[in-house]
Amino acid sequence: MSDGTVLLSHGSGGVQSQELIEQIFVRHLGNATLDGMEDSAVVDAPEGGRIALTTDSFVVQPLFFPGGDIGKLSVCGTVNDLSMRGARPVYLTSGFIIEEGFPLAQLERIVASQAATAQAAGVRVVAGDTKVVERGKGDGVFINTAGVGVLPQGIDISAGNAQVGDVVLVNGAVGDHGLAIMTLREGLAFSSPLRSDCAPLNDLVASMLAACPAIHVLRDPTRGGLATTLNELAQRSRVGIEIEESQVPVHTEVAAAAELLGLDPLYSANEGKLIAIVPEAEAPALLRAMRSHPLGAEAAVIGRVTETYPGTVILRTLLGTRRVLDMLSGEQLPRIC
Amino acid sequence: MTQLEGYRDPEIARRLVAAIRSTVRDTLRVIEFCGGHTHAIMRFGLRDALAPSIEMLSGPGCPVCVTASSDIDQAVSLGSRPDVTLTTFGDLIRVPGSVESLQEARARGNDVRVVYSALDSLQFAREQPEREVVMLGIGFETTAPTVAAAVLQAQREGLRNWSVYSMHKLTAPAMRAILDAGEVAIDAVLGPGHVAAITGWKAWGFMPSEYGVSCTVAGFELNDILQALLLLARDAAAGVTRVSNSYGRGVTEEGNRTAQALMQQVFCRSEAAWRGLGVIPESGLAIAPAFADYDARQRFGLPALPEGPIDAEAQRGCRCGEVLRGIRLPEECPLFGRGCTPVHPVGPCMVSAEGSCAAHYRYRRVAG
Repeated sequence: MSDGTVLLSHGSGGVQSQELIEQIFVRHLGNATLDGMEDSAVVDAPEGGRIALTTDSFVVQPLFFPGGDIGKLSVCGTVNDLSMRGARPVYLTSGFIIEEGFPLAQLERIVASQAATAQAAGVRVVAGDTKVVERGKGDGVFINTAGVGVLPQGIDISAGNAQVGDVVLVNGAVGDHGLAIMTLREGLAFSSPLRSDCAPLNDLVASMLAACPAIHVLRDPTRGGLATTLNELAQRSRVGIEIEESQVPVHTEVAAAAELLGLDPLYSANEGKLIAIVPEAEAPALLRAMRSHPLGAEAAVIGRVTETYPGTVILRTLLGTRRVLDMLSGEQLPRIC
Repeated sequence: MTQLEGYRDPEIARRLVAAIRSTVRDTLRVIEFCGGHTHAIMRFGLRDALAPSIEMLSGPGCPVCVTASSDIDQAVSLGSRPDVTLTTFGDLIRVPGSVESLQEARARGNDVRVVYSALDSLQFAREQPEREVVMLGIGFETTAPTVAAAVLQAQREGLRNWSVYSMHKLTAPAMRAILDAGEVAIDAVLGPGHVAAITGWKAWGFMPSEYGVSCTVAGFELNDILQALLLLARDAAAGVTRVSNSYGRGVTEEGNRTAQALMQQVFCRSEAAWRGLGVIPESGLAIAPAFADYDARQRFGLPALPEGPIDAEAQRGCRCGEVLRGIRLPEECPLFGRGCTPVHPVGPCMVSAEGSCAAHYRYRRVAG
């Protein structure tokens, strides 16, 4: 690893990102908590109780897109990473790296959007930082947020907890965010523009935990999409996961845009979606709870956890044949032919 | 039911599969030219669903895969000039040359930008008049017209710092080369839908008239492909050999005349080096003499056919060449899934998302 250079694909959230993290970051910084490679770390608070901690950086282009902007995204991303351990997000920090020449009006729009999203999610931004870099040394605005959440007693949600026989659910259609960004970058105009699904999921998770405290796994399929995240879960839990292609919700306009560009919605980023893995007996109650929440109206059972092929995700295709559903490798690029 | 759902309706698909099975007596060997078809066939799990009635072979229809390593080497070397910005489509940046890929050259400091259209490349040239912006033109009849349009636009604007390094290729000469070589026995051809949208489906009439095999132009959805295969199966059962169109919503007999005219105006046919197939006369599209100002080869004094190996990866045991000629399945390469994966690819067919090896690896089948 040490003789190469960092490639863009190291940041795509797929196999190369995993290799970079394991071979450099975990190798030097690793400890029992970090090695879990969870969306957020759960640690004992010195005075008792448990807290969840996480941090995330945002470098999206374009900065403004249908359904959100980098400010909203920076709050949702961290709130969601905390929520994926079952924690109740409470405090955020916000750090800005701003490029010289960036319009103040746009900066204010981004910060106002952060504020509105934080308020909607019920979290407070309690510390911040700004740095300005020379023109050409940044790409408009980069944001880092960190967050703290409080863990209710008795909650044990982890990427490593999936059990054979469990059921896999998602809270709605996948691929919206990735395709919204990609069509905007490509300058493709659709009669109804694709909207990012960017949303804070903590309230949905609270309703889910109220209905089903025994949730084994929660994970938000961001970079790399549903397929990549399912692979991470299969690896962490050392189980197989079998997905029914016909049951995975995809909005028709997203499927059409993906087809046009030669992309796959199962590998496209989401910013308001979660995967839940629960004991089979709990699945009906959980599905009802999800569907009664505005962010879970299109929730669906998409598959189950199996004994066969541990660490692998299998897709049962529309024709009933079975094939591997692999992790993303490289960057998702539009087709040429 | 929406339009897209219809093309993927599992019930319709099962009926088409059953019809194909009852029509084919033993096995029909069909080659799909286009990498988009290879990808769709693997993604939908069609090989398993149709075996043994249909045996699918993959052709050379992945524009990234057929780009010669010598062309990559020349592009890397051009991009090493301090005044040059290279712009390129998609995953060409990951294709290995004999020394390095454009992606590795970029990480080393070369200015290489991925663009989604040649017009984005023009925009770079307008914004950075002090830099020489070179568009690496790859692709078949589908992308060549868009690059031709960009050349005309550059001429209208009088842009002085933009040019095209054309590696564009034509589909029919490659198909002829494969059939002329006589290495593969095929019964029928699944014609490339996107290419035929430009050329028209009658451009594939040489398949029955010269080679005695049926060809039907097909779309890319599950039921598009199944319907086309059923048509080929029925033709074979009836002893009919013909060219036909199974992609009526996208393809006409004559094709896109505007796009054809753009190509004829801006390009001229040239010999071209294909990975796996070697140098094929009249199979490439060079910039026509009238547009020499926009031809990167003229501008930088580069040879039309660069020296050096066309299939550099063959020395490392890679069988991409045989995969591109349809004589070997990706799984039959000793490196497949072992020394060669999409993360650590050896040859171009594993690099490009449209490559056969990448499709076979990514959508690999499982038992049970």
